[in-house]
Amino acid sequence: MATKLIKRRELTFWDKTYLPSIGLGLWITSKHFFRNLSFQLLNSIGLFKKTRGAVTFEYPEEQRPLSKRTRSRHRLTQRPDGTPRCVACMMCETVCPARCINIVAGEHPDPNIEKYPVSFDIDLGMCVYCGYCVEVCPEDAIRMDTQILDTAAYSRAQMKLDLGELLNPRSNPGLLFARPQVPAQKN
Amino acid sequence: MEAVLIKSALAGAFLGMVLNLAGLLTWVERKQSAVMQDRLGANRAWIVFPKWLAPLNWLMWIPNRLGLFHSLADAVKMFLKEDFVPKGADRLLHTLAPAISVVFALSAFAAIPFGDVWHVAGRSVNLQVADVNAGLLFVFAMMSLGVYGVILAGFASNNNYAYLGGMRAASQMLSYEITMGVAVMGVVLSYGSLSLQDIVRAQGHLFFGWLPAWGIFVQPLAFFLFMTAALAETKRVPFDLPEGESEIIGYFVEYSGMKFGMFFLTDLVETVLVACLMTTFFLGGWQVPYLGPEGFAFPWGASIALPHGAVIGLGVLSFMLKVAFFNWLFMQIRWTLPRFRYDQLMRLGWKILFPASLVNVLVTSLVVAWRG
Repeated sequence: MATKLIKRRELTFWDKTYLPSIGLGLWITSKHFFRNLSFQLLNSIGLFKKTRGAVTFEYPEEQRPLSKRTRSRHRLTQRPDGTPRCVACMMCETVCPARCINIVAGEHPDPNIEKYPVSFDIDLGMCVYCGYCVEVCPEDAIRMDTQILDTAAYSRAQMKLDLGELLNPRSNPGLLFARPQVPAQKN
Repeated sequence: MEAVLIKSALAGAFLGMVLNLAGLLTWVERKQSAVMQDRLGANRAWIVFPKWLAPLNWLMWIPNRLGLFHSLADAVKMFLKEDFVPKGADRLLHTLAPAISVVFALSAFAAIPFGDVWHVAGRSVNLQVADVNAGLLFVFAMMSLGVYGVILAGFASNNNYAYLGGMRAASQMLSYEITMGVAVMGVVLSYGSLSLQDIVRAQGHLFFGWLPAWGIFVQPLAFFLFMTAALAETKRVPFDLPEGESEIIGYFVEYSGMKFGMFFLTDLVETVLVACLMTTFFLGGWQVPYLGPEGFAFPWGASIALPHGAVIGLGVLSFMLKVAFFNWLFMQIRWTLPRFRYDQLMRLGWKILFPASLVNVLVTSLVVAWRG
């Protein structure tokens, strides 16, 4: 076992008094203090909004900017006529490791399209946000790019997204966040 | 009778100012630490009135956004918490200890002058609660007696950790008190008085016609020694071994509710007290540079005449500004420096600060004796 000797620097007199270091530390913190203080004051009256006096995001009011590839809540893409692009091939339901997708397929009136989802449910309470459903989809019908991360509900039943909510995220305010009208949900 | 009333009014005003400032310091502590760490800090304790009182809500807008009501929320929380006395603790001493701490810390303010003698309506009002001719000794006595609160808190809690914390606090405060006292002796020798009002008045001269004869210029070494020792006396962060918020267990570990709040308040009141003392000894108390009894007389010859009331008012304002500055500085130090280790603390106190303060006294005495 080779020993490595590290020679420590001899402290000079001023190092031993710690005074220069204390002064330097105070100088740095004071610089931050006065810079941030002036920018926070200026921001509060609406000036220099581009330079922030703090790195804080005040969350419920301000959302932190997310990367575009962040896997967030799912949505179903639409055809130009507003119907879902999904052809109910069951690939996502099959690949889903959490088994949170539940599709009921029906026959599409258009002979060029075989099937369409009569119902398409995702249980967010079970979803692990792995993104396999997006990867496996042959029709680019499901994406996870809504940037909605605040999934909260008062009951498990409210965590289930139906076809309408998936096609238009946040269209159903009663689905998530709303207090349940009935006292207790049975499930 | 009249004198008593005047003094009571003065005491009330000063006490109110000090307590409010101490309460505000909890907010300053949060906000200043946040701002210097690139954060926003506490801003969610809002007072919001119902819609029909909308004008009051507009008034509340700024304090709400600043988070000023966090200190109020803190106080309410302290009062509502359970007041717990541990099993086997000395009930009387356990209750008495925080009171002793806070009372002695507050009574030390009596000897601090916050303004000159104010001649109003045929009376002369000395803007100082008690013009003790040995005011300095009084202040130091009060600060020393404050140690009892700490020791009793540790002793009466029936908890070994609290006991050790109390011992740590006592030895730290006693050690640094010596340095503090000896450092101030330099100031006393320079100005030749123990009365704080006289010390402040003596700082009104000018050196070379332009430099105010403030303690910081007369006794620069004593300034640093006194500041270090006084910071140790307040038991706040570079010297917060007695308390050690996050890691060590301090003397008030068995305290809850407003009794803990009183210890907390004592720390902040002591910060204000130390700021007041620093102002009095080293920044000329209520002196404004170049302001005489008749108004400003600048060294370059210009002068502005001011009425008596304005001169006094400016003095009180300058005192408050200086105290505010020192509070800012102490907070900045508190949020910049890490904590000392206990042996480092004792070495600094006994082997560096104490000899340095003795040398300071010696040199000052020689100079004073030489100048006759």
